[in-house]
Amino acid sequence: MSTNLIGQAVKRREDYRFLTGAGQYTDDVQLANQTYAYFLRSPHAHAKIKAIRKDKAMKAPGVVAIFTGDDVANAKVGGLPCGWLITDVNGQPMKEPPHPVLAQGKVRYVGDHVAIVIAESYAQAKDAAELVEVDYEVLPAVVDVADAAEKGAPVLHDIAPDNTCYVWALGDKAAVDKAFASAAHVTTLEFVNNRLIPNAIEPRAATGSFSRADDSYTLYVASQNPHVERLLMTAFVLGLPEHKVRVVAPDVGGGFGSKIYLYAEDVVVTWASKQVNRPVKWTAERSESFQSDAHGRDHLTKAELALDKNGKFLALRVHTTANMGAYLSTFASCIPTILYATLLAGQYTTPVIYCEVKAVFTNTAPVDAYRGAGRPEATYVVERIVETAARELKMDPAELRRKNFITQFPYQTPVALLYDTGNYDATLTEAQKLADVEGYAARKKASEAKGKLRGRGYACYIEACGIAPSAVAGSLGARAGLFEAGEVRVHPTGKVTVFTGSHSHGQGHETTFAQVVASRFGIPLEDVDIVHGDTSKILFGMGTYGSRSIAVGGTAIVKAMDKVVNKGRKIAAHLLEAAESDVEFKDGFFQIAGTDKKKAFAEIALTAYVPHNYPHDKLEPGLNENAFYDPTNFTFPAGSYICEVEVGPETGQVKIDKWVAVDDFGKIINPMIVEGQVHGGLVQGIGQALTESCRYDKATGQLLTGTMLDYSLPRADEVPSFVVGTKETPCTHNPLGVKGCGEAGAIGAPAALMNAITDALGIKDMPMPASPQNVWSALRTKEAA
Amino acid sequence: MTVRVSMTVNGKTVSGDVEERTLLVEFIRNNLRLTGTHVGCDTAQCGACTIHMNGRAVKSCNMLAMQAEGAQLTTIEGVAKADGTLHPMQEAFREHHGLQCGFCTPGMIMSAIDLVKVHPQPDEQTIRAELDGNLCRCTGYHNIVKAIKAAAAKM
Repeated sequence: MSTNLIGQAVKRREDYRFLTGAGQYTDDVQLANQTYAYFLRSPHAHAKIKAIRKDKAMKAPGVVAIFTGDDVANAKVGGLPCGWLITDVNGQPMKEPPHPVLAQGKVRYVGDHVAIVIAESYAQAKDAAELVEVDYEVLPAVVDVADAAEKGAPVLHDIAPDNTCYVWALGDKAAVDKAFASAAHVTTLEFVNNRLIPNAIEPRAATGSFSRADDSYTLYVASQNPHVERLLMTAFVLGLPEHKVRVVAPDVGGGFGSKIYLYAEDVVVTWASKQVNRPVKWTAERSESFQSDAHGRDHLTKAELALDKNGKFLALRVHTTANMGAYLSTFASCIPTILYATLLAGQYTTPVIYCEVKAVFTNTAPVDAYRGAGRPEATYVVERIVETAARELKMDPAELRRKNFITQFPYQTPVALLYDTGNYDATLTEAQKLADVEGYAARKKASEAKGKLRGRGYACYIEACGIAPSAVAGSLGARAGLFEAGEVRVHPTGKVTVFTGSHSHGQGHETTFAQVVASRFGIPLEDVDIVHGDTSKILFGMGTYGSRSIAVGGTAIVKAMDKVVNKGRKIAAHLLEAAESDVEFKDGFFQIAGTDKKKAFAEIALTAYVPHNYPHDKLEPGLNENAFYDPTNFTFPAGSYICEVEVGPETGQVKIDKWVAVDDFGKIINPMIVEGQVHGGLVQGIGQALTESCRYDKATGQLLTGTMLDYSLPRADEVPSFVVGTKETPCTHNPLGVKGCGEAGAIGAPAALMNAITDALGIKDMPMPASPQNVWSALRTKEAA
Repeated sequence: MTVRVSMTVNGKTVSGDVEERTLLVEFIRNNLRLTGTHVGCDTAQCGACTIHMNGRAVKSCNMLAMQAEGAQLTTIEGVAKADGTLHPMQEAFREHHGLQCGFCTPGMIMSAIDLVKVHPQPDEQTIRAELDGNLCRCTGYHNIVKAIKAAAAKM
């Protein structure tokens, strides 16, 4: 029987439960005797806490306990760790201020955690929190990335008196400066990469419980990586024995990076569950998500591109200031450095590149990875400046790109990465075909006839996914390994349960991974189940982020399946009285090559568990294998996006008229799921460019975009349908040839869209988001000039 | 202060004691333990809590449980047939990959069924406009629009 499901648009197996309301998200978990928690948060961006009085609140109906910073400090609860050490240009480690789980004498952003109020019902907890009296001495606040390191700015942390976490650089500065000195043309852009709030539709949630029977804890949490959460929490914060803590991330309603991190709430409900000896349940309200989920982006950048007279890129120089927020979130420090500057070669042969990044603290929520994480920011730099250079040189933007494409692989960039494979001309050519570039002039004319401005923008992005070779990451400052683990349990009847350290929160692993397993074993898809998200079931896991699941998690499963097949061949050789080297495994059968002597997969499985006729001297019974896979390189998905917009000059309204995305994700297991990932990524990227922007009030540090009424998530009527295509250059260093697809859309879309909008308006640049107001203002500024 | 509320949910008469301020979605999730109806925001923007009340789609986070006294409600748990066969809208979402993480999905399905009731043959523009009250952060809406169009043809 042949069951090759690779490349098939298999319908998702997880859908039935989601479509019928049977999904089990963290807030759906109800534990006997549970209590409810409400976190009292700072209403101020920056303030000293002079006193907290909780006696009145303690007497409120239903209150079980109230804990403040003093309580966790007395219990020696540690602060939240940062998982990546960046070394400053002066050789010193980055500044790592304490990140307490409940404020220690000072609050540093609106939403900072002050106390946990635990009661018999959520309403009672919330009511009682109103009675907790906190005396604040309000301090001046700084929220803008541009202001943080200025002289006289309010200081957040004593250990960073200039609010600077680090200054970090990559590349050959002298060589870059030299190239600029001899350049025929220099294009310069200065811009803000706007701050975003991830807004997975499921708010964060955590329920902790403690068992006196065996001194163990269970934490249900909306997380993308339960093992990492457990490791950080036990080893660095609570000092608990790792084996006594179970972390379960059940169905998770979207993550986009925001559910990677160890958050204060996760720690506090776990700790508090022992103090009150009852489960403690917390679910964020959306307003809390806005205030306290890790935000994304928020860069201020100056970029300069040097070109020769023929349009060949000579050098790229980038200076970025990145906002870390008030504290260092779990992976905050590596986002504007390791995941940003290394991508600045893009798809081009730019021979020398220098990037300097200053990371600053501000009185805002912590900033960390959000879909794409550093790579959208890098793509925005490269693709905006390339398009701008083309306009300045009056060259076709596609041809300028082609002239500079990398065409020989493997290719060592000047910013550390080694691209294994790609075909950038193929994706661009296909995108141009699908976008009907020939018809553009006529469409522009038609738009003009209607009084509309039409513009077109390109973006040719690259990303580094499949994070990451642990040794490389370690040498760059990572404090964790970045492998993935998988276990393949073949049951006696030949059915298979696979345990993966990857986590699915919308990506469809239960389907994609099962396709890989069923295809390899030659068994029906129905015979394979995928289990994820529970530290008590899965051997280990680094989790899901950076488009790594199929490339790293999938490969771990393949490695475990290799072991199953190898053992199966030994068992088959024994049963068939043949040499092991003569047994091949194909289409679900272990067969002696060139004969019809064979044993089905299920027969071998049964033999392994009922080992009567079995090579006991050479083999253990059972058929259960696991593998840890540490990648040898990143993967490099790349693609070309083309969009066309129509802008109403009176209203500033931008309508996306056409969007073509052609991606190279290497081998594709399930094209339906991959297309869905592209659509979703594109709309998050479009959201950044068109509608979304997190704003804090400069004077008070108040969050101005604190609800879905103020922070504009893209709605169905603001985005188009997409034309998507793929080109395939298989990844050379993993057995599936896969590269990952989760972030591409969000990486490439903002640059493509802003290129189109600035083209339509006939201006060099304008700030994201291109809201009607901002577009209208840009047009008026142009008219006035 | 608690009050007694009674209503019909998915064909069954139910009642319970709630606070006056208890939201309908809280009654559905906490009292009835029908957890398919989700809460994604606190400003009636995301639509994850959409149910049918007396035949129309409503956001159950935006009304009190008391306001549903005597009403006929359908939640996502009441949409498929008793034998588990999916409603054409649910089937179309599966067929066209109109869901990823699944969190907005129940609200999307409830809104979409109502949408097709009001607009039996909706074009893309109508679907997109009518979905204004439901946010999805995963799918980019592309496949949701496709699914609703396909379901409309079958309903």
